[in-house]
Amino acid sequence: MFPEISLHVLDIAQNSIKAGATRIRIEIAADTAAKRLLVAVKDNGCGMDSRQLSQCMDPFFTSRKTRRVGLGIPFLKQSAECTGGSFWIRSQAGAGTELAAEYHMGHIDCIPLGDINATMYSLILMNEAIDFYYRYAVDGREFVLDTSKMRGLLGDMPLGSSEVAAFIREYLEENKREADQEEIL
Amino acid sequence: MKSLEELKAIRERMQGQVELRSEDSNQIRVVVGMATCGIASGARPVLTTLAEEVQKQGLKHVTVTQTGCIGLCQYEPIVEVLEAGKDKITYIKMTPEKAVEVLEQHLVRGQVVEKYTLNETRL
Repeated sequence: MFPEISLHVLDIAQNSIKAGATRIRIEIAADTAAKRLLVAVKDNGCGMDSRQLSQCMDPFFTSRKTRRVGLGIPFLKQSAECTGGSFWIRSQAGAGTELAAEYHMGHIDCIPLGDINATMYSLILMNEAIDFYYRYAVDGREFVLDTSKMRGLLGDMPLGSSEVAAFIREYLEENKREADQEEIL
Repeated sequence: MKSLEELKAIRERMQGQVELRSEDSNQIRVVVGMATCGIASGARPVLTTLAEEVQKQGLKHVTVTQTGCIGLCQYEPIVEVLEAGKDKITYIKMTPEKAVEVLEQHLVRGQVVEKYTLNETRL
């Protein structure tokens, strides 16, 4: 199990990367009055056929060869469902995969969101070839980081160049602070 | 609210001084295992620390990348250092602190930090 929801997001996004996605959409949306937190990830990777889709929730199934268990999706499902929340996944071979987990933040077993900025920062900088669309919303206060828009403004300057990397970090931190106000998820 | 408009200013400021990577043959690749096993053992702070230190210290000859499961889950977080013409060095059970030590000793000075390597560990 992971101590933070943001680590689940990082882990699930690795599946999208492995699936050859060129676009990954990550959304975090919280409603503090209803004590609900929604995590959604969508990619345009290779997707899964119906057989793989039913197997992927089984911890003893994996497509990799280095070990014989695959815990990413079962972990996420369990961590959401044990708070009384829910999990769903849709996928189509050749088209991509989309999944969402909803947490009940009031439940004693709900893990905190954690350092979602570190997750996004490392995903964006480690995967220059992938476009990330990231949306973060708390009670309707929200911001978006869209790397394809950033690339449009930067031309051929890589996201990994030091000034741009520093900007991405500050952008995530400052805008999250404003969206959070005083809420700690 | 921080806006993307700032990127235009960064682009203008950096115009003409594109950061050149040194010759590929001298490039050191640092690979961090980022599968479920790595992430669960603390690979994220190791990766972000390495990426930020490389940038902060301007180490143009070092590229930090990520990979999936290396197959040694019980020794995660794992950091591999790959350099042309040299044996691969595998560091195991890394922390951000150990990673900084490896960066300063191995990546900057060329001295392998033996005590953290897979070779030095009695399995």
